[in-house]
Amino acid sequence: MKILVCISKTPDTTSKIAFDSDNMHLKEEGVSFIMNPYDEWYALVRGIELREKFGGTVSVMHVGEASSEVIVRKALAIGADQAIRIDSKPKDSNDVATQIAHYAQNQSFDIVFLGKETIDHNGSEVGALLAGMLAIPFISYCTKLDVEGNELSATCEIEGGEVSFKTQLPAVVSAAKGLAEQRIPNMKGIMDAKKKPLEVISPVSANQKVKLVRFEALPPKTAVKLIAPDDIDSLVKILHEEVKVI
Amino acid sequence: MIATYIEVIDGKIKKSSLEALSLAKDIAAVKGIKCLALSTSKSASAEVVGSCGADELIVQDSGELDQSQLIDWLCKLYSAYQISYIVLANSSIGKAIGGQIAAKLQLGIISGVNGWAAASPMQFRRSVFSGKANAWYSFMEDKGVISVMPNSIPVKKTYSKVAEISESNVNLSGPVFNSVNKELVKGKTPLTEAEVVVSGGRGLKDPSNWGMIEELADLLNAATACSRPVADSGWRPHHEHVGQTGIAIRPNLYIAIGISGAIQHLAGVNNSRKIIVINKDPEAPFFKAADYGVVGDLFEVVPKLNEAISKFKEEHH
Repeated sequence: MKILVCISKTPDTTSKIAFDSDNMHLKEEGVSFIMNPYDEWYALVRGIELREKFGGTVSVMHVGEASSEVIVRKALAIGADQAIRIDSKPKDSNDVATQIAHYAQNQSFDIVFLGKETIDHNGSEVGALLAGMLAIPFISYCTKLDVEGNELSATCEIEGGEVSFKTQLPAVVSAAKGLAEQRIPNMKGIMDAKKKPLEVISPVSANQKVKLVRFEALPPKTAVKLIAPDDIDSLVKILHEEVKVI
Repeated sequence: MIATYIEVIDGKIKKSSLEALSLAKDIAAVKGIKCLALSTSKSASAEVVGSCGADELIVQDSGELDQSQLIDWLCKLYSAYQISYIVLANSSIGKAIGGQIAAKLQLGIISGVNGWAAASPMQFRRSVFSGKANAWYSFMEDKGVISVMPNSIPVKKTYSKVAEISESNVNLSGPVFNSVNKELVKGKTPLTEAEVVVSGGRGLKDPSNWGMIEELADLLNAATACSRPVADSGWRPHHEHVGQTGIAIRPNLYIAIGISGAIQHLAGVNNSRKIIVINKDPEAPFFKAADYGVVGDLFEVVPKLNEAISKFKEEHH
């Protein structure tokens, strides 16, 4: 199988989020960046598992600047065979999807994987855009995936349950929890990753469709009001008068 | 024109679709354009969509369409009715089709919208960095696809009109998905749409203790949820897991019982309007995110709370 896994760089989950004075940029001092967890834990690992079962290759693709290469190398250390970085700071989700689609359209990938969303923009847009651009089925928030011949069986999360179906390859798959188990790169993987090919290619032009107006920090949280465990009637009063649920 | 795709489940319009329609109507009113409701189910009520401000309800009664057919249908209506904005709920269907429609129609997409501002150009707000901040976005052109985060925009049934019904008869492409199975928890409000959520964590110690969580949820007409370790250990089904790897929710009230509040859990629930935490550890990080807290043994506090709510309801009804 020929598999492409799209990986994104995000601030670590535990990072404190603050913005520059123009509210247009994340303050990056002190923030550690990681591979987007859904791309790493589920999309990449399921891609590698399918290659282990059926043979073929797993390529990883990242749209970003040279400073992201440490993340790309980690994907190689986990088990991807080769990497492509599109040397561009993306403007919006349409830009990212356009770059990936332009590369993927002549490569005959069987599956293009990516995480269900990134933990910075939380938009969940790129996978669907990519499927639309490539005109192939999109499997969104996929929790189980198997392949037999040219047929793909998938289970996806929906509100209050799940849905299972079959479709033909190729497809774009956005990966959610359950699709695979996280793998930690071992020393051999880390050493091998240094020798694996990492190709850097130039971006194509993409029309910007959406622009960021500003980031907005949340108002500071007011301190918790503690209620004594033997004063439950006060909590009931809050539920009635303030939250209005009884 | 601005159009909202109306999802119908078990013969009833989903609340998240009416929220999307309410946002669409607000935009239509400001821009002075017509507001359309689009549905593939005869059960979509012209009275209900009319009361939310839709001028016209366009229905194609094709039974359940697969994702590719739905995209095909919406794209064809976009052209036929000269629509400028398509508004979807940011539901599982909305997330799956929004970007594909945007790509096919060469539109921008702003997904997971939780507020908007009638500036020029219009601005749309989304929660970013796993709920730690917001971001405002604009389209570069006066058209696009918008998806609305459930429980973000109030449903406004304030219009006293019935939408005019038009039948659509578009020739659709064949399905690309063969449905195998669909399993839904019948009769329960999906977590993303629930206004009150009662959630339990490892502090419950054993699945046999879950009864008090369900009792509290019943008393508050709430949905139940759980933290990751609870779902992972099989105490509760995975579709009840809220948090970064599970489902992100934004109810009016989230009650967290026996959950310490790891940052990954907060990422899925910190957009709740009010948070009440019950935990015996006063150092539990959840207390920093909570509006109200009870530091106490949940095995004593929750039964007492259930009893007090029951008593209150009896006295006030």
